[in-house]
Amino acid sequence: MSGRRLAAPRGSRIDRERTLSFLWNGRPYTGLQGDTLASALVANGVQLVGRSFKYHRPRGIFSCGLEEPTAIVDLIDGRHRTPNARATVVELAEGMVAESVNCWPSVGFDLGAVNGWFAPLLPAGFYYKTFKWPNWHLFEPMVRRMAGLGRASLEADDDRYEEVCAEADVVVAGGGIAGLSAAVAAAQAGAGTILITAGTATGGALGWRDDGELDALAAKAAQAGVRILTRSVAFGVYDHNLLCATERLTGGPRGPRGVLRERLWKIRARSIVSAQGSFERPMLFTDNDRPGVMLAGAADEYAHAYGVACGRRAVIAANSDSAYQVAASLGAAGVEIVALLDRRAHADIGAHVDGVRVLPNTGIDKVLGTSAVRGCVAVAADGHGSRPERFDCDLILSAGGHAPAVHLHSQAGGRLRWLADGAMFVPDGAAPGIVSVGGCAGVFSRDTAVAHALDVGRALALGFTVPSATPCGAGRSLASTRIADARGKQFVDLQNDVAAGDVGLAALENYRSVEHLKRYTTTGMATDQGKTSNVNALVLMGELTGREPAEVGTTKFRPPFVPASLGALVGRRVGRLYRPLKHLPAAEWHAAHGALYEQFGNWNRPAAYPVGGETLHAAAQREARTVRRSLGVFDGSPLGKLEVWGPDAAEFLDLMYVGTMSNLARGQARYGLLLNENGIVVDDGIVARLDDHHFWVNTTSAGVERTASAFEEWLQCEYTNLRVFVTPVTSRYGNVTLSGPKSWEVMAAVGFDAGLSPGSMKHMTMRESALGDVPLRVLRASFTGELSYEINLPVDATTAVLDRLWTAAAAAGGALYGIEALEILRTEKGYIHIGTDTDGTTLPGDIGFGRAIGAKTANFVGRRSLLRPAALDPQRFQLVALSPADGRTQLPTGAQIAASDPPTTPEGHVTSSFWSPELGAPVALGMLARGSSRLGERIRVHHLGERIDAIVVKAPFIDPAGSRLHG
Amino acid sequence: MMQIPCILCGRRDESEFVCGGASHLLRPPLEASDQQWGDYLFFRDNPKGVHLERWRHAQGCGRWFNVARHTVTHEILSVYAITEPAPR
Repeated sequence: MSGRRLAAPRGSRIDRERTLSFLWNGRPYTGLQGDTLASALVANGVQLVGRSFKYHRPRGIFSCGLEEPTAIVDLIDGRHRTPNARATVVELAEGMVAESVNCWPSVGFDLGAVNGWFAPLLPAGFYYKTFKWPNWHLFEPMVRRMAGLGRASLEADDDRYEEVCAEADVVVAGGGIAGLSAAVAAAQAGAGTILITAGTATGGALGWRDDGELDALAAKAAQAGVRILTRSVAFGVYDHNLLCATERLTGGPRGPRGVLRERLWKIRARSIVSAQGSFERPMLFTDNDRPGVMLAGAADEYAHAYGVACGRRAVIAANSDSAYQVAASLGAAGVEIVALLDRRAHADIGAHVDGVRVLPNTGIDKVLGTSAVRGCVAVAADGHGSRPERFDCDLILSAGGHAPAVHLHSQAGGRLRWLADGAMFVPDGAAPGIVSVGGCAGVFSRDTAVAHALDVGRALALGFTVPSATPCGAGRSLASTRIADARGKQFVDLQNDVAAGDVGLAALENYRSVEHLKRYTTTGMATDQGKTSNVNALVLMGELTGREPAEVGTTKFRPPFVPASLGALVGRRVGRLYRPLKHLPAAEWHAAHGALYEQFGNWNRPAAYPVGGETLHAAAQREARTVRRSLGVFDGSPLGKLEVWGPDAAEFLDLMYVGTMSNLARGQARYGLLLNENGIVVDDGIVARLDDHHFWVNTTSAGVERTASAFEEWLQCEYTNLRVFVTPVTSRYGNVTLSGPKSWEVMAAVGFDAGLSPGSMKHMTMRESALGDVPLRVLRASFTGELSYEINLPVDATTAVLDRLWTAAAAAGGALYGIEALEILRTEKGYIHIGTDTDGTTLPGDIGFGRAIGAKTANFVGRRSLLRPAALDPQRFQLVALSPADGRTQLPTGAQIAASDPPTTPEGHVTSSFWSPELGAPVALGMLARGSSRLGERIRVHHLGERIDAIVVKAPFIDPAGSRLHG
Repeated sequence: MMQIPCILCGRRDESEFVCGGASHLLRPPLEASDQQWGDYLFFRDNPKGVHLERWRHAQGCGRWFNVARHTVTHEILSVYAITEPAPR
């Protein structure tokens, strides 16, 4: 319990008048308005906040910002959880409930900590090695449970998220003094400028100091019209200068119906300025992960921004001049600085601090204390010299140097170079479209950073050459932050529990490439993306393999810079908007007539019209039977409809379809199969000739976009000499279909033109007609095997005509029928449904169109592919009709057909299977190897361990002569 | 996400387009050997550098056109009509 709240005036961000209550691991605490969850926990003396990923070691709060590797918590709001939040950036809110992750049963007593005792057995890559035998999946559930981070809620997220697209001349990522300067200069020079800043206001790393220059810049930004997004972090640079950022709109508990929680910004910018500053590099020393070890700059920020002391007595382990500023600043805030142990030799130190004992060439040999720091032992950093010295302290501050946030620069394709003096990677020139300023460019001198950023902003706005950055102001740091002869565990990656020994093992096993090092040890692969670990890992690999860090190189940084919630990425594309459904023009009419709606493709359609408590199955049986006995009325509006115009339309359709369309007489219609260039059947349809240069094309409901796209591609890219226009008209025409022996009787009663009667209008013809003033295109084609009329009519007239037809049909004993009945009817007739009976391997010959191809002399799309050896293979699966041998067991759709029992090599599968009300027996279609030559054979259908014998029979099951088609 | 300059509509986000793969492929005649036909159907160059490909402004004007795109930087060097020859 070493953290405590300091007296005013410390704490520039907090409001001491406003107390907030919150629950942490079930216990009530209070914090202040302006606190983060982390600062409130520190103020309450909470030091142990979680358990580590692999060894379940106790961990505390390590940083004060978005780089946090260890203070990872779940936020709980009723039934909802936000997993893996970084306590250091969670704004405290009244009533907040938060829990530690990765410990069970509690953070103080964690059973998983036994992993720590077996640490020698859990080296890098341990699960690749240990769990190979007999099967990783045997171990996976246990390992995942032990190693998981937060738990996601199983409830749907009530909160709302939205997406905004914006354009800007200049977008600046980072609201510190450099970013603010660049934004002000750009805006003042006339550029439309957006500034993205993580805090509740601009200021960045200096934001908590009372700083007149910052205030003046903020005022200028407002005056110059810079658009400022607060609580926002730019997480990714994508192609062609697209910058994505998430804006947090509320961190508090949700209301009864959720809140607008986050906004995703997609900003297309002429120029991007990266100004995301730098991170502090931790020191590597033994047990550097104990609660109470943290970044030096973070402790300083807690003290001054939040008025919170992280401890009473601090030892600082340093490799950077920045440690001296922290020592002075923290000392002034009331934290006793016991000693400053500087890893560097005296000559490399460029700063000093009064009243603090400084030991050059000194490092920490070990940390005392397990769940809290009690002290440390210091030794000479080079392994020579003075005797070990023990210090009592409750806080160890780590100041290893600076690691510029080069993430956006690297994401954009920029290269990095190693600066030996400052021991850091900085941008090597600018990447296309993006310029770095301030700390992330390695510029740590404030005046230089401001001057450079102002120049950059102005140059970007005016299109001048952008001045390059000159890194400066960081002082000297050593590449290595580790003492010689370090023993025990020095943690490189605190979140993924990767220690220096693991990097050593990777080097020993020759995983020397930085990409291999990363994957083998998993360093830098946790949710913090290695913000505090990457440089130490690279330096260590260099040391172990005798290379400079520059030679080791870095991995390419990839988005996201910080975790982005799935909610923000998904935005409003959830629920009904995930995949919006299309609705029938007469949707309400059907609902009023008892339609049971289901989703078919991207349409919401009646599956059936159950009456008097019927099941779907019973309704479909009744509807199918009624179609065969009298008639049925069906809404076929989703049927794909294209009009094809032009002097070369006939020639074009010959090229598109298996089936010759150019010799159709006016008013005639013909079935066609559409292939792709591989010869695969991708759609089917009916083509009707309305005039010499005008065709009507019906496609399948699901295939119309595919077909229209194929038509356009062939016309625009290949057959560019053909004079043809294709107009998709699916949504312009409704379609009411009457099917059954009494179809014409009902149409006649309603007043349709006598010229449409079966006597004068033949099967597979189309007529233009009218009902009153409603123009009609009536096609006689049938998907049921019965006399059928497909009446295409203006979409606005659909409901009225449907209503008139239904009134007459009902009087004649007809029924409304849905998709389920249609499926039964077409299967009884052996008519295929593309995508159900066919798949991505089906050729026309497989479904009985071999003769049609042989007869066609003209070329068509896919023809050459049908001559390949594989297309001519006699073993191909071919369409067959199937009946169960016992005459009553329905074959399960999708069941495999195999000769052996138990099944080994499949020789086919069942594609469509229904109970036929007409036959009182099951009917089925399937694909079967050599199927067309196996009529009468007995085959074996296998389903979930059961075997059903079936017979290959002749299709169709009903009306083989086809006489019912003609009424 | 790239921005692609449609030859009719100008710059639009990539999500408005569909890519149709390599341009300027020559379709062998019906008499071509299986080898030639298979090469045409399935084998494509995968250059590190400029790639000539065709795109359609599917969510816009519907026009197909050719794009010369650098496969590493995604820089679009030119767009040109589908009937134009490959730039040299």
